[in-house]
Amino acid sequence: MSAIITVENLNKTFDTKDGSFEAIKGISLEIEAGDIYGIIGMSGAGKSTLVRCLNYLERPTSGRVLVEDKDLASLSEKELRRLRSSIGMIFQNFNLLMQKSVLANVIFPLRIAGVSKAEAKKRAKELLEVVGLPDKIHAYPAQLSGGQRQRVAIARALANNPKILLCDEATSALDPQTTESILQLLRKINQEMGVTIVIITHQMSVIREICNNVAIIEQGQLVENGLVKEIFEHPKSRAAKRLIIEGKDPDEWEKNNGQIGSKAMEYAPVDLLKEHRRIRIVFTTNSSYEPVIANMILKFKTPVNILKADTKNVGGTARGEMILGLPDDTTLQQQMIDYLQERKLEVEEVEEDV
Amino acid sequence: MFSSAEISMILEGLRDSLYMTVVSTLLGYLIGLPWGIVLTVSGKDGLKPNRGLYRILDIITNVMRSVPFLILLILIIPLTKLIVGQTYGATAMIVPLTVSAAPFIARMVESSLNEVDKGVIEASLSMGAGTLRIIFKVLIGEARVSLIAGATITVGTILGYSAMAGILGGGGLGDIAIRYGYYRYQANILWVTVILLILLMQIFQFIGTMISTKLDRRKK
Repeated sequence: MSAIITVENLNKTFDTKDGSFEAIKGISLEIEAGDIYGIIGMSGAGKSTLVRCLNYLERPTSGRVLVEDKDLASLSEKELRRLRSSIGMIFQNFNLLMQKSVLANVIFPLRIAGVSKAEAKKRAKELLEVVGLPDKIHAYPAQLSGGQRQRVAIARALANNPKILLCDEATSALDPQTTESILQLLRKINQEMGVTIVIITHQMSVIREICNNVAIIEQGQLVENGLVKEIFEHPKSRAAKRLIIEGKDPDEWEKNNGQIGSKAMEYAPVDLLKEHRRIRIVFTTNSSYEPVIANMILKFKTPVNILKADTKNVGGTARGEMILGLPDDTTLQQQMIDYLQERKLEVEEVEEDV
Repeated sequence: MFSSAEISMILEGLRDSLYMTVVSTLLGYLIGLPWGIVLTVSGKDGLKPNRGLYRILDIITNVMRSVPFLILLILIIPLTKLIVGQTYGATAMIVPLTVSAAPFIARMVESSLNEVDKGVIEASLSMGAGTLRIIFKVLIGEARVSLIAGATITVGTILGYSAMAGILGGGGLGDIAIRYGYYRYQANILWVTVILLILLMQIFQFIGTMISTKLDRRKK
């Protein structure tokens, strides 16, 4: 696989009334062709600016963006427009033409690309069938639900057979069930048409559900990136730990800053738990047959405290996660960790206040 | 109640009023529509922001809009004479009416086009649409209801101005109202012209509302 999008040392500074504001600070990343790549961060982290730099809707202040090895900075206005028509984009608020029918909305990008009227109409009908709205072609966006509108937007974004689909908070305005169905549609598009998908979101569930790779953005900087399942098993940065161990979406970070009690901790006196050494273990499908924790307790004849236990869907497979408070004896602690690691469990030290 | 000469005079006045209003509105849009588009596109959040151009157009618009219509009418008498050849009558009045309507229309158009959702414009840009396509297919297409509502207000305003032009022999219902109602104290003729002006305004408003309702696809 080769990189379809390469971002090199990207910076974007906005001039505002109160001086300049650095939205993106030196971000570099590579997105492989055929990947579903997630970019997560809280609102204002710069992720929307980052995705707009990928098709030059925003021009970076410095750094390079390469799409299929072409440096976007070297393209003329006309070449840039042609490139944009081969990159699909969908948005949080769908951004459909409200005065045009569903069919006309999908025809629009085809006409921009110079497709004849009759051909565009035929293609638009096919696309609306792909997204599951063949009976809505003559409806107007105002008559559709949020999920249906996003489907129209997806059909529109796919009109010119793009190799890349950029999704800017595409599910943020939708309820969980609709989000699920839109994500399934995106996965289908990725698998059947081989479209590389870049997803901007502030919802960890979206990343877990369909992304293979993820980049975590905090205050304009890339703090961690890599395979979702690896980051899920070994989150390194503070931001990743918050996302994964605490299960908090970025927008909840601020609110809970400095507070010790999160859901898992509400059940026990905080001071008591803080003294314990705590570890997080992740079960994969093959490790969940044996009752590991029960066996461990039987073996060492010492109880451990289960502080949190959960199952999460990561890239289509169920992952169990558990946070354990270990007994005070340090040798016993090490023995327990060894015992768990022998059983192929991912063990992660938890230092933060969970 | 009215002599046949009076009736035919009133009918002629009605025809002149309609003629002045409709032609001035059309000419006004011929100038004001592109003017408003340029204002929108060159504005701070426009498609092609151009501070210098916007400032110049903005100032011209404001200056022209601040001159009261009757004074403007007098100020541009030389221009009227140059274009039409005379300074009185319905056709002559079309010149000051158009000059007065154009900046008004430009502002109406600017505010309508600025209402178009920036997200939709961004989506069009992301599809590779050029400036002209966005102006005609997106801005005007999406703002059409608001544009029609603006045109309805414009027609009403021009109808009012055309009646005012009667003071300087402009022809139409306003002219009749001033000559017969004001100078000759013929209250019956005054009232008939007023009623006809009200009716005209109602008809324009009705047509405008009907068209914009019919064109609006945003309702369920």
